[in-house]
Amino acid sequence: MEVWALQLFNGLSLSSILLLIALGLALSFGLMNVINLAHGEFIMLGAYTVYALQQAAMALTGDVSSSVTFIMAIPLSFVVAGAVGMLVEAGLIRFLYQRPLDTLLATVGVGIFLQQLARSIFGAPNVQVVAPWWLTGGLELTDGLVLPIKRLFIIALVLVCIAGLYWYMYRSSEGRRTRAVMQNREMAASLGVSTRRVDNLTFALGSGLAGLAGCGLTLIGPIGPSLGTFYIVDAFIVVILGGLGQIPGTILAALIIGILNTVFEFGTTAVVGKVLVFAMVILFLQWRPNGLVRVRGR
Amino acid sequence: MSALLQLSRGTLVTSWAPLIVMLALLLLAPFVLSDFRLGLLGKFLTFAILALALNLIWGYAGMLSLGHGVFFGLGGYAMGMFMKLEGTGGKLPDFMFWSGLEELPFFIAPFKYAWFALPMVFILPAAVAGGLGYLVFRSRITGVYFALITQALSLIVSILFIGQQPYTGGTNGITNYSTLFGYQVFSPGTQLTLYFITVIALAVVYLVLRLVVNSRSGRIMIAMRDDENRVRFMGYDPAILKTIAFAASGGIAGIAGALFVPQVGIISPSSMGILQSIEIAVWVAVGGRGTLAGPIIGAVLVNAAKSGLSESFPVIWQFFLGGLFIGAVLLFPAGIMGLFRGELSRERFTRPLTRIRELKQQGIGGVVRQWTTTSFR
Amino acid sequence: MDNDILSVEGLTVSFDGFVVLDSLDFNLAHGELRFLIGPNGAGKTTLLDLITGKTRPSRGKILFDGETDLTKLREHDLVKLGIGRKFQTPSVFASLTVYENMEVAIGFRRRLGALLRPLARSEADWIDSTLGKVGLSERAATQAGTLSHGEKQWLEIGMLLAQEPKLLLLDEPVAGMTRRERERTGTLLQAIGGDRSVLVVEHDMEFVRHFAEKVTVLHQGKVLSEGSMERVQHDPEVVRAYLGRSRRPERNGYAAVAS
Repeated sequence: MEVWALQLFNGLSLSSILLLIALGLALSFGLMNVINLAHGEFIMLGAYTVYALQQAAMALTGDVSSSVTFIMAIPLSFVVAGAVGMLVEAGLIRFLYQRPLDTLLATVGVGIFLQQLARSIFGAPNVQVVAPWWLTGGLELTDGLVLPIKRLFIIALVLVCIAGLYWYMYRSSEGRRTRAVMQNREMAASLGVSTRRVDNLTFALGSGLAGLAGCGLTLIGPIGPSLGTFYIVDAFIVVILGGLGQIPGTILAALIIGILNTVFEFGTTAVVGKVLVFAMVILFLQWRPNGLVRVRGR
Repeated sequence: MSALLQLSRGTLVTSWAPLIVMLALLLLAPFVLSDFRLGLLGKFLTFAILALALNLIWGYAGMLSLGHGVFFGLGGYAMGMFMKLEGTGGKLPDFMFWSGLEELPFFIAPFKYAWFALPMVFILPAAVAGGLGYLVFRSRITGVYFALITQALSLIVSILFIGQQPYTGGTNGITNYSTLFGYQVFSPGTQLTLYFITVIALAVVYLVLRLVVNSRSGRIMIAMRDDENRVRFMGYDPAILKTIAFAASGGIAGIAGALFVPQVGIISPSSMGILQSIEIAVWVAVGGRGTLAGPIIGAVLVNAAKSGLSESFPVIWQFFLGGLFIGAVLLFPAGIMGLFRGELSRERFTRPLTRIRELKQQGIGGVVRQWTTTSFR
Repeated sequence: MDNDILSVEGLTVSFDGFVVLDSLDFNLAHGELRFLIGPNGAGKTTLLDLITGKTRPSRGKILFDGETDLTKLREHDLVKLGIGRKFQTPSVFASLTVYENMEVAIGFRRRLGALLRPLARSEADWIDSTLGKVGLSERAATQAGTLSHGEKQWLEIGMLLAQEPKLLLLDEPVAGMTRRERERTGTLLQAIGGDRSVLVVEHDMEFVRHFAEKVTVLHQGKVLSEGSMERVQHDPEVVRAYLGRSRRPERNGYAAVAS
């Protein structure tokens, strides 16, 4: 019983990370019909931001697990990944908006570039971020059911992000403009919305969310230049299952994939788990080709 | 209209000349190149076949597969298993023994027979591509969705092969071959024969694809790229047509894999991974998608650059590869073949700049209109 | 009923609770040329979508030639049955030439092996004569994407004609055409006639008045009126539907119906 509860909890924590990654993808796909294959590298950027900040703090103060450093690293990972995302959008993606498949390939190039950059700066071997003391240990619910604080923290971080995203999309004027462009680009443009600005900000926002996911991942294990590739394909599957560009569908799909992955992995092996999830998604698409949440219209 | 037919036949005839020159160069290469370089060229030519396979469905039918490494790998594993079992005389190979197997699994045993293994080189990847393709195309999944699903396939099959050590040799793959049809695999004579077989295979694949794309089925493929829905309302079932094209493309990729293994001496999951699968697309893009000569040129040039650069300057190679992806789509969407056709003039180099000027002149409305009316390409 | 190529019975379709077609009954006789008009949202294009399998109905059936229920079949099977459709926006294959577009159009009944072989003599002749009919013989080697709007429409009509459908559905064939192009299209439509049944959705009332024998008016998913243009024009129900609630004429030529 406890074992399954713990698996469910681990699944939930994987779901939350996947969700953070997939939301960024879903945002830019919903808005611009563009999938960024370098999205995984933005995760990696966020993770190395935390590491770099920690190394810098250690050089200055000698304290590697400083709480202040880690708390500062959270917004910084968002800002760094977001800023790089902004550059990529402005310098590359916007020239390819009418060619989604070409955008895929061009962003692969960006990904390879960023990975090599990380390898050149930080070295190829994995590095470890040291978590502050208050994130170590576990929360004991019952005898034998101990929830790791780190994972609880990640779930909380994701919930805060979703709340923030909700506020941005549905309560801020920038978000209203974004939704307007999503629904009818031409109309929004002729009503004076700068679609260039909306595209750029949304892409940056999505990249920033990936950076935050990377920040969360530093708590789970070591990080390396190819950190993103471990998660990105699962995130793509989430986005496809959710219905490309659908935020409620993406949330539901992330929950399902995260939990299925963990449960299958526990019941069989990680590899068989992945194969089963993939097969289930393909079969599900036979029944509902547009994913979990369908936009209906004439 | 017969005038028109004659016209197209006329261009066919004139376009034979460079091909014959190319074939002659490939056949003369063994007299010029060292064994080592010839081995490399042989490997590149198997990649050229692989690039032709991807180009069939991407360049013509408009479906970008990011999973073609899988089909290459399946063909390679079928061949590798055959050679391995020939080496052991049908007994249990070393890697299976080390993993604790005592008996040849029933699904691997038939690979000791050439009559089974050699057709499987084509059939196995074609069946996997056809099966997945049918399910995906039937639910009308296209464009970016299709690319992402094939990428997931590439990840999943490669980790599956890593995980199933007893049957696949795990991360190391299948290697240490001794003989092929009784000949020493790595003797210069066998390697030279394999090189010629590869050249012939490339020529045959090229000719068959040329027949296909110049026939009405080729036009239907391009029609599906332009407007799949219209093809459906013209009375064709795109799901079936795309499944056949994808399966054929997978099978051709398998042949490439099978030719790769005896020349390189190893097949491992890294040949099927995500990055390897995506690289195929860059070979095609660099050479010129939607042309038949382009992918061959692209595959040979990019891989020549890779083996030249990656050994001495691995860091530079990675940056170069990243740049190649970006440059190939942003600056030279027609690839090297575009150069030949004179499409790439100064205008191509300045195109991104022109685009910026357009953005400013038309205002966003014009750009958006363009954006919303053009479809996948 | 034996005489009807198309009989629609109790056809209902709704999107998210919004009823687009409301138990519609509609018949089209063999060899008839019928025009379908009605205000925006009347369900005209939806009816074509249902006949061609693009949309599935919530209830009701569509009988083709008195026997086959179309609502169960897939899009390409409907085409093979003999139903051709021209879409509202011209849709031809932009990177193929005009001639190649025709090659694709006439291959639809062929087995896959036959599609690998060169065109048969009879097929080439058939393409030539059809291109002649739609006036595009000289444009055969032109890339379809570079044709003018009107030429694209004719090419699409030509592709459909080459398929020899029993029933031809045309969605706004003259939209966006110049006056001269419209006239030419009208003559083309009349020439198509013969034993072929044609259903045309059209907004251009001048065009309808000029070429229509019989007109059906759809309104809010139901047949409001049917008959000659003369009769329909003076039907008080129709006048009310077009002018009634909003008290002002809508766009292109609705007012003309009422006048």
